[in-house]
Amino acid sequence: MEAIILTIITAATPLLLAAMGELVVERSGVLNLGVEGMMVVGAVCGFGAAYASGSVTLGILAGIAGGMIIALLFAIMTQTFLSNQVATGLALTLLGLGVSGLIGESFVGVPGVKLGQIYIPLLTDLPYVGRILFGQDILVYGSVALMMATSYVLFKTRTGLVIRAVGGNHHSAHALGYNVIAVRYAAILFGGACAGLAGAYLSLAYTPQWVENMTAGRGWIALALVVFASWMPVRIMIGAYLFGTIWILGLVVQAMGYGIPSQLLSSLPYLVTIAALVIISGNRTLTKINSPAMIGQPFVPDR
Amino acid sequence: MKMKWMGIAAAAAMAALSVTSVDAVAKTKACWVYVGAVGDFGWTYEHNHGREMAQKHFGDKVETVFVENVKEGPDSERAITRFARSGCNIIFTTSFGYMEPTLKVAKKFPDVKFEHATGYKTSKNVTTYNAKFHEGRYVIGQIAARTSKTGIAGYIVSFPIPEVIAGINAFMLGAQSVNPDFKVKVVWVNSWFDPGKEADAAKVLISQGADILTQHTDSAAPMQIAEAQGKHAFGQASDQSKFGPKAQLTAIIDNWGPYYIRRIQAVMDGNWKTASSWDGMAEGTVSMAPMKNMTDAVAAEAMKTVEGIKKGTIHPFTGPITKQDGSVIGEAGKPLADGEILGMKWYVKGIDDKLQK
Repeated sequence: MEAIILTIITAATPLLLAAMGELVVERSGVLNLGVEGMMVVGAVCGFGAAYASGSVTLGILAGIAGGMIIALLFAIMTQTFLSNQVATGLALTLLGLGVSGLIGESFVGVPGVKLGQIYIPLLTDLPYVGRILFGQDILVYGSVALMMATSYVLFKTRTGLVIRAVGGNHHSAHALGYNVIAVRYAAILFGGACAGLAGAYLSLAYTPQWVENMTAGRGWIALALVVFASWMPVRIMIGAYLFGTIWILGLVVQAMGYGIPSQLLSSLPYLVTIAALVIISGNRTLTKINSPAMIGQPFVPDR
Repeated sequence: MKMKWMGIAAAAAMAALSVTSVDAVAKTKACWVYVGAVGDFGWTYEHNHGREMAQKHFGDKVETVFVENVKEGPDSERAITRFARSGCNIIFTTSFGYMEPTLKVAKKFPDVKFEHATGYKTSKNVTTYNAKFHEGRYVIGQIAARTSKTGIAGYIVSFPIPEVIAGINAFMLGAQSVNPDFKVKVVWVNSWFDPGKEADAAKVLISQGADILTQHTDSAAPMQIAEAQGKHAFGQASDQSKFGPKAQLTAIIDNWGPYYIRRIQAVMDGNWKTASSWDGMAEGTVSMAPMKNMTDAVAAEAMKTVEGIKKGTIHPFTGPITKQDGSVIGEAGKPLADGEILGMKWYVKGIDDKLQK
């Protein structure tokens, strides 16, 4: 049981990290479909830096930086040159997959550095809950802290209000004197950092190795989580953990040999998560208020 | 401003085009379509290694080209067609799901030779080639049964195609030849390549008592999990001992180089013919990595089996074999027909999992 819960947490963490970044991006009125691309670049940069230096901390920082560099490209294209956000985001994914393969060519087939789990004497040794609550790697705690911080900043601070204002109506925000483009640049970079961190989690903690395409679609799942969680941080966390739980339970049920079709079990996480989040977000008026009205629309200051 | 940027992009595109269109004339061009990335360190990695061997062998006389990460289905048809148009003389399509697209494209390009890996349909200019991986799976099944303390192995698999099912069966038959009560837990991850999910499956299997892992998916993630948790595992497609120095018992290694060299040579000599090539340990297409982390006695037994398979005295699928549903197939002492193995859609007795019809 303990082993299964630990596996669930590992599976949910990268989704939570990447989705939290995209949430802020979308709240500012930008749709970046390139999460997968930023994530995979984060994974290769994180792996490479940790491998070369032997330091996991450097790996994590490099993963964040890698995600941000790719995100910066997106920001320049869509905010400064006003390119189509959907097309640019998709291109970003392709670019990320290609670039990461190129960077990672020499890392294939070499074992990496693994991010260790924390150990607190007594607490970690507690029966049943010790390892689950006090024996995770630092990024698991980081992802929960990130969720709380994002929630706090978005809804309890002035900065959050500005981000949401830019996403809600960029003309009004502009008229009030806020620099829409600058806010969006910052949000996109934050999204890149989170996606990069999620990627680094994959290549340093989840499966400490580098292989091409190792994100295997997790960026897309994170994207979907944001929408189905109706842009609310807490719901994203619920969604990510629910997804992880059904995902792992599907494997558990298979290993027990009940003969339930594996195709069904593989699709269940998607179905259950979507259904659950749609039910949670059942109030349509509230969902409408939460959804950033300016999403995907380029901003051109008219005066 | 905008116009200037577009001008630069257009110029760059023109330059790129002009470089690729100039090419040598009389060279034989061999092309590969891969389902995964060349850096997967598994299935595609080994095919690409075979391509590199061929390139090295022929040097300037042959040009080799590949495209990676091609999805099975319509995408692959496009990729194969593009290759056929671009002057490839021989095209290797290296995944089961490329079967129909390969046949379809081959019809339109009768002068191009096509080679489809792991399929079972041939035509005038389509050959199939495969390797008898089940020979290796039989050997590792025996090692698993001799090494496991719990008597349970975990088997992580991709898709229920005949080759994969034959692998599971051969593994089970090998294990049963040592320990008739041996158990195999099967988990389908419905993907050839998803390190995270493969790792999850490995953890789940270990939590349910499996102390030996084997897989028919393409990443080294399960090996790393086995290493971290002090269990054993078998490498897939390549020697993965770097990921599990204490965990890897051995690995089944695919070695496509000799086959590729032979077939490209045939194209150059003009005597290429349709065939269904199915090489195994005897031809060197399937080989085993060094036996490690097991007792000398177990290793010696394993080597004996390998020798027996090479000589043809041991065949993994020797009748009579009891199927999961209780029916019996095969004559006593005689191996099953190749066709039966290549089209295998049933489990042997003792496997818990059920196949969907």
